[in-house]
Order: sequence, then structure tokens, then C-alpha cells
Amino acid sequence: MKEALKMPLRFAVLALIFMGVAALSNRPLYRSLPEGTGMLTLSFSHGADRRAACRKATPEELAKLPPNMRRPEICPRDRPPIRVEFDIDGKRMFEAEVPPSGIASDGPSRVHQRFVLPAGEYEIAVRMSERPDGDFTWHEERTIRIDPSNSRVIDFRANAGGFVFH
Amino acid sequence: MAGVGGRRRTNDWPVLRHAKKGLRRIFDLSERGAERLFSPVLNPLAQLGALSFFLFWVVAVSGIYLFIFFDTGIVDAYSSVEWISGQHWYHAGVMRSFHRYASDLMVVSVAIHLLREFSLDRYRGTRWFSWVTGIPLIWFLYISGITGYWLVWDMLAQYVAVVSAKLLDVFPVFGEPLARNFLTPQHLSSRFFSLLVFLHIAVPLILLLGMWIHTQRISRPKVNPPRLLAALMLSALLGVSLWKPTLSQGPADLTHVPAEVGLDWLFLPLYPLAEAWGEWSLWGLLVGVSVMLAAMPWLPPFRRAPVAKVDLPNCNGCNRCVEDCPYEAIRLVPRTDGEPFPHQAEVNANLCVSCGICMGACPSSTPFRRQQDLKTGIDLTGQPLRDVRESVVAASAELKGTRRVLVLACEHGAGGGDLGGVVTFPCVAMVPPSLIDFILSKDLAEGVVAAGCSESTCYNRLGGEWTKQRFAGERDPYLRKRVERERLATIWASPFESRRYEAEKAAFAARLETLEKAAQRAATEGESDTRLEVEA
Repeated sequence: MKEALKMPLRFAVLALIFMGVAALSNRPLYRSLPEGTGMLTLSFSHGADRRAACRKATPEELAKLPPNMRRPEICPRDRPPIRVEFDIDGKRMFEAEVPPSGIASDGPSRVHQRFVLPAGEYEIAVRMSERPDGDFTWHEERTIRIDPSNSRVIDFRANAGGFVFH
Repeated sequence: MAGVGGRRRTNDWPVLRHAKKGLRRIFDLSERGAERLFSPVLNPLAQLGALSFFLFWVVAVSGIYLFIFFDTGIVDAYSSVEWISGQHWYHAGVMRSFHRYASDLMVVSVAIHLLREFSLDRYRGTRWFSWVTGIPLIWFLYISGITGYWLVWDMLAQYVAVVSAKLLDVFPVFGEPLARNFLTPQHLSSRFFSLLVFLHIAVPLILLLGMWIHTQRISRPKVNPPRLLAALMLSALLGVSLWKPTLSQGPADLTHVPAEVGLDWLFLPLYPLAEAWGEWSLWGLLVGVSVMLAAMPWLPPFRRAPVAKVDLPNCNGCNRCVEDCPYEAIRLVPRTDGEPFPHQAEVNANLCVSCGICMGACPSSTPFRRQQDLKTGIDLTGQPLRDVRESVVAASAELKGTRRVLVLACEHGAGGGDLGGVVTFPCVAMVPPSLIDFILSKDLAEGVVAAGCSESTCYNRLGGEWTKQRFAGERDPYLRKRVERERLATIWASPFESRRYEAEKAAFAARLETLEKAAQRAATEGESDTRLEVEA
């Protein structure tokens, strides 16, 4: 084949391949959520009070420490796990004892749960205890509406009064 | 005798062997088609590494251009990208499409490059380095692309951000789970985009560094495609960018789930899997595949041919083997034996793939030498020059008739599977040009076929090029002028092109017969002229 004829053909072949790549770059469409459903996310990060309060260090304990690390009080870092219950229309959807994060177990406990729900109204009840065996000091019950493709979030902020519905 | 007869067998695990054979067949068909259309020099499949480098630069330049117009910020990011693709589609919009499609093409070229090297078994021995250093490049390529998708902050970006955050949150290294950044519009911070811009610049720079490391153990790495091919690719990219410009998919809205998105299936095919399988399963798959790929060079079968060896009494440190080695396995070092030459060649056994190209390059590799124990300056231990000469003589004895054609074949080409009158080599460039002179002048055959593997995709990278240059008298050691070129044929054919190989060989044999007849006629006429002159 003559070179002059080959050049447009070369271009056409490359363009065809590139068109295929461009098509794959957008299509086929992907549906991440079934039609007519929405998403409810229970997501928060909360550190329970530390297990024990600070106490005065004994002279023996201080003597064991290097001079530069001798502090008058010993404050245990670790936190207890929190207990969470989450109901939708009276049905238990999530229940867990969530351990604190961090190597020293001194970070906040984290909850991040997503629930795909058909569009509609739901009775939500969420409870949290700062001790595995304690009472639910934080609780909230509310009716929420979820529209198709809607994303609703339940967060928690102690300084805002507890559970926050977005 | 070493080197006489067909190609060497491999003993891979059956599944791998069949996979490789199937892939080789597919690549061979595609490469031959591409060679016919593009010519061996422009064949895109013969320079996938160079094309990946080229596409990287296209992505880099278009990215720098886009950065001029890009704003970081929750609202500003999307609106600036909309401005790029809307009002200024004719320059910035086209650049955005270049940026996107060149990245996608880079994924394609890297994937084909990996599959091709796998099918050709080019990941064992010294090639482990290029293979293993290539694996992190895939990770960096994907991280570069994925961080780019976030920057647009459209619905696709929102989907990518949410799933990526979930994937990363399984590792307890973040104080606050990343996914919480994308809960509601109030949770998202503009500083997050600054971090993403930093990542989208830093990771490609690491990728570039990795690409440089990836090419370190081969000599003359091809990192630029021929200009004509580059121009064709840019034209095709421009055409596609105008035909289907890259557009955003509506602004991200954290109060809604991006329920349906146009996914980039080249960069994000695993994201739906993360949702379906869970994060740990996907990480397990990714790490498992990466570890398996990284371990492949050391998995059985272990076949390591004996490496090249320097014979100091025959080496004058002329540098030709150093120049011709495609793997930078030979270097010149100060002389150690007191001979009056400043240097000597030294082989790094860890880098040598036993292709024998150095032996073909050595001016001492001449079978004419009248030594009992024929030696050369640098020899292949598994198939030394002495054996090569004996193999040639033995192969010549197998030839009968008046059209004796002796084949010097690359074991990775169609000639390597030929039977009778064939001497095989790890690479056709292992054949010293003087060997052809030897065969013809000693009347071991009427003609010689130098049968290489496919023309644009030499198994040993540079063997085909060096052979052509030596025969053309452009590269030392030259094929001597006294060798009748009509008695030498060069056939480039992959193992799947045996029919074409046979046809070309037969045509060459027919040409030889014509030559012989012409020579006989000339000789007869010469004799009768002489007789007439004597009678007169």
C-alpha cells in the first residue's frame, strides 16, 4: 500500500482505539444505589471518659521513673468501649460494643454504618452508653423521611446536645 | 550438539504455559498486522514502554496547563472545571480531554506491556528488576488517576471520594475516619482540596522517578516513540477530544448519593467490587495479586542459561561487546593481566541473560581461526564459538542437492522451529558476520538464511537492529564485502509465521538455483572461450 494511503489508515486505526478507550472512560453507567432507595448513615466518633481518674503517684512509683519523667499524677490513658444500639422501625439494625481506637486504646470509638433503605418515612431510635455495662446516657428517637437518592446522616456531638440528624 | 535443531522447550506450569501460548498467539497476530500497517519502525506494539512514557508527558503537560485555570475549594473546584470545559473548551477543554484520555491510554499501554512481557517470559533471571520495579508503577499510576478524579468535585468525584475513604478507613492510621469528611457539606473542608492537589502532583512525580528506575537495567531504553507515531497519536487524541470532550457529571452534592455515575472502567473497575465484596476482600485481592506478580521471577521453572565469559588472552578491551549488550551486563575495567591494553571486558553475571549478542560483536569471534581449541574474547559458555563452528559443519552435512541453504536461526523466531540444516542461537545477533563468510567460502552451503524473530519486536531488544547494521556495514564487526549478498537472506518471522518463513526460504533457494545456473553458464562460456583462444 502506498505511504500516502497508509497515513490516513494509521490515523483511523489509532483514532478508533482511542474512541474505544474514551467510551470506556464514561460508559457503561454504574448504579451504586438501587432505584427508589436512599442512604442513611450512622457515623460518629466519640471518646468515652477515661477508665480511671488521675491519681497521685506514690514515692515508689516516682522512684522507678527517670527524673525527667517524674510527674506528680498518673493519668491512665485508655478509654472503655462504648455501646451503641440503632433501631429502624423498631427493628435492631446495629448493636455493638465499639472499642476505642489507637494503640494505647486512648482514641475515640468510631462508628460508620450505612443503610440503604427504600424511600419513605422511618422511626429511628439511637442510643449510646459510654460504658459497656452502663445506662444509655445518650439517646434520640425521631421520624425521618428518606427520598430516592437522598443521603441522611446521624452524627453525634456531645457539645451540641447529643445525636445530630442531618 | 548444542544449538542444532529446533527451539528449546520451556517447562512452565501447564496453565501458565497455555496462557502464555495463547497470549503470544494474540500478540503475534496483532503485531504482524500493526507491522504491515505502521511499518516495523512505527509499530506501536513494539514500543509500549516508550508510548507509556510519551503518554505520561502528555498527561503532565496538559495537567500543568489545566492547573493554571484550576481553583481549589468545595465550590470553586467544580466551577473552575466547568469554566474550562464550557467557555474555554477550545483550549482548556481540549487539554482536559487530553489529560483524561492520555491517562486512560497509559493504563491500557501499561496493561498490554505487562501482558506482553509475561507472554514472552521476559521476567525471569536478570529481568526481575524491570519486572518488579514495574509493579509499584501500576499502583502509582492508579493513585495518580484516582486523586485526579477527586479534584473535579462532581458526582463521580463524590462517588470516588466516598468509596476511597471507606477503603482507606480500614487501616487505623487516621485520627478521624476519612469517610466523615464526606458526610454532609458542613463536614467537607476546602483544605482537603489543597491536600488532594498536593497528592495529585506528588504521586505522578514519584511515578516518574519509578519509571526512570524501571529502565535502569537495560541499555538504550526506548523512552520516546518515533516522531511520526507521536504525531499520529496526538492527532488521534485531538480527534477524540473534539468528538467526545471530557465533561463533568453534575456538581457533587453530599445531601444526595451519586446513585448512577459514568464510571471510568479503566481506572475505577475495582470500585464496584469494593462495594460488593467489602474493603478487606478488595485489599486482599490487590495485595495478593501484587505479591504474586512480584514473586513470579523466582517461581519455578528455574532455567538460567550459563552466562557469557570473557577470555582475557583474546580480549583487547575494544568495547564492542559493551556497546552491543542490550542489558548493560558488560563493562570495561582496567586490565588485570599485564597485556598492553588499557581495558578488558567484565561480565556481570547477575545482569547477563545469555543472549550471546556479545559473542557476535567480538572481532575475535571468527571461525576462520586455525586453533585446535577455538576461542574468542567473549564467549557464551552454553554455546561457545567452537561448538557453533562444529554445529555449522554438522548442519551443512545434512544438506543435499544443489540448493543447499543453511539457516542460522534465532530460537525465538520461526526459523528456530525449522528442521535440517539449521543452527539455532539465543539471538540472531549472536551470529558473528564472519560465520556467514566462513560458510560460503568453505562451500558449506550455497546460501545462508539469517532467521531472526519478529522484526519490530526482537526478543532480545536490539538483536535485530544490530544484525541489520552489521550486514549493511554500518556496525562493527561488519560483514565483509567479499560475501556475495545474493547468497544471504534475512528473514524476520515470529514462531507463528512459519508459513511465511518457509515461503521466503523457498524463494531464496529458487533464487540461489538461478544464481548457480548463471554461474555455471558463465563458467562454461569462459571455458569454451579459453578453448577457442587456445585453438586459435
